[in-house]
Amino acid sequence: MGTDSHGTTQGGGLWGWITARFPIESMLKEHLTEYWTPKNFNTWYAFGVLSGVVLMIQLVTGIFLTMNYKPSSAEAFGSVEYIMRDVDWGWLIRYLHSTGASAFFVVVYLHMFRALMYGSYRSPRELVWIFGMLIYLCLMAEAFMGYLLPWGNMSYWGAQVIVSLFGTFPVIGDALVEWIRGDFYISDITLNRFFALHVAALPLVLVFLAIAHILALHNVGSLNPDGIEIHDEEDERGIPKDGIAFHPYFTVKDTFVLGVFLLIFCGIVFFAPTFNGLFLEAPNFEPANMMQTPPHIAPVWYFTPFYAMLRAVPSFLGTQVWGVLVMFAAIVLLFFLPWLDQSPVKSVRYKGWITKFALATFAVTMVVLGVCGMKPAVGIYPTLARVFTVLYFAFFVLMPWYSRIDRVKPVPRRVTYHAH
Amino acid sequence: MSQEVDQGRRQLLVLATSLTGAVGVGFAATPFLASWKPSARAKALGAPIEIDIGKLEPGAMLKVEWRGKPVWVVRRTPEMLKQLDQATPFLLDPNSQASVQPDYAKNEARARRPEYFVVLGVCTHLGCSPLPKFEPADVTVAADWPGGFYCPCHGSKFDLSGRVFKGVPAPANLAVPPYAFLSDTRIVVGSDSAQSA
Repeated sequence: MGTDSHGTTQGGGLWGWITARFPIESMLKEHLTEYWTPKNFNTWYAFGVLSGVVLMIQLVTGIFLTMNYKPSSAEAFGSVEYIMRDVDWGWLIRYLHSTGASAFFVVVYLHMFRALMYGSYRSPRELVWIFGMLIYLCLMAEAFMGYLLPWGNMSYWGAQVIVSLFGTFPVIGDALVEWIRGDFYISDITLNRFFALHVAALPLVLVFLAIAHILALHNVGSLNPDGIEIHDEEDERGIPKDGIAFHPYFTVKDTFVLGVFLLIFCGIVFFAPTFNGLFLEAPNFEPANMMQTPPHIAPVWYFTPFYAMLRAVPSFLGTQVWGVLVMFAAIVLLFFLPWLDQSPVKSVRYKGWITKFALATFAVTMVVLGVCGMKPAVGIYPTLARVFTVLYFAFFVLMPWYSRIDRVKPVPRRVTYHAH
Repeated sequence: MSQEVDQGRRQLLVLATSLTGAVGVGFAATPFLASWKPSARAKALGAPIEIDIGKLEPGAMLKVEWRGKPVWVVRRTPEMLKQLDQATPFLLDPNSQASVQPDYAKNEARARRPEYFVVLGVCTHLGCSPLPKFEPADVTVAADWPGGFYCPCHGSKFDLSGRVFKGVPAPANLAVPPYAFLSDTRIVVGSDSAQSA
């Protein structure tokens, strides 16, 4: 890519001109055509790409919704109905966005579970995990603020409950809540600022974090289901013996997985967009009514496990702040995972039965807590929520112990791969 | 896996996938692009309107808003209609060849019935709303002014049928919208047919 005295290049025409001024070719090599990816990737590894795709879907559909949505308490609900009924194809754009929000969490939770199974968070990938956790936090904030925008009755009361949580902090609680709301109650002012954060601020942060997440990963290379480092076995050219180029092998494979995902996604969008009240909740088809709480408030399904933990902790010393702290601790604990896991091996494939049992229990715990969070706090649910909250914390708190005593199997030097 | 690459098969697969993908992108883009078309609300708000002309005095003009633009109805007197011939030598397009009007307005009066002139009050230069200057020899316009409309923004002149003068910035006669008489005292603007909006 040399240049002569006129600034033109030896490489062909326009492409040569661009590559002499911008590192596009080295970027394509580093991240695609010469990004050596373990050849034993399985379907669990597709959820990262799918997360990126859903991010794109939310960005595009979100921008188009913003073209017709009015962020004022007087007009918001009506503007959503206007989009649904009067704007050409508005109903589709809305359903893509609402289904996309739930799809984002399905995909991200499966992506995180992959990490738990194969030890993707272990050194040297701790920063990939931390960026991922930051993305998860931003995603929860983004979803929460987005949910207020339709200004339905569940939007209003859900926001009321969650914002009130911050009021449980001693001394600063009330001032904090007033500062978040910008008013003495959740009002037009709160709606407008949540709109700004949801449409502009957090999407920018999410995009930057996603890029940082991928850069951090590519810097050290991907792990794989066997939990071994493919760069430990390289050929004479420095290429991992168990690595294949991301493009074209995984771009093609991911395209296929994308097709399957879109099939299911579109099936829901066109045939079951409310998903039986799970994706679009019934009380939200009525405008916000500050005088009348819905008979049964629950957050959207993707928050319910944490909501169950919040409600599980009883009041002590006249304050509910313990439940809030437990809920925050549940998420903060996840940040420390790379250091809690002391096992000599990374992937569950080579760990013993204790870890396998713990992982399976964790998955069941999340599901049970999720169900508890959706139900009113009566009957067996409060007890169930308490027991499984303890199990959730046990998974992490006991991990430094059980990950060390668990029997491990010898780890191979080369990945287990069967050509098909 | 050390066999030779079947380039033909590879090219076919890449081509087929790309074509399918392109079709998919086309299908996916359509709702987003189509959502920019006027919504049902915009179409309803822009629907034809009815104007009551029963109280319009001869020589007077009324203004009604339709689709964000001023619609003028001028009840022309016989004298005003005679002035149309006097204006002809000054006009760029006396026969309305290059301007916007329905077929029934492609005449000297540029109207279904010469007595009532229905026109969009938007200057064909850059969109200002011209001023009515119906008096001939109105000195605020010119000594040989035959009567018509004068645009204050850049000085374009139109006669009493909205026909543009030569030598002014505006390139075309004022546009006549579709309209119809529902009765002698009611017209509908925005539709050619007498079926009411």
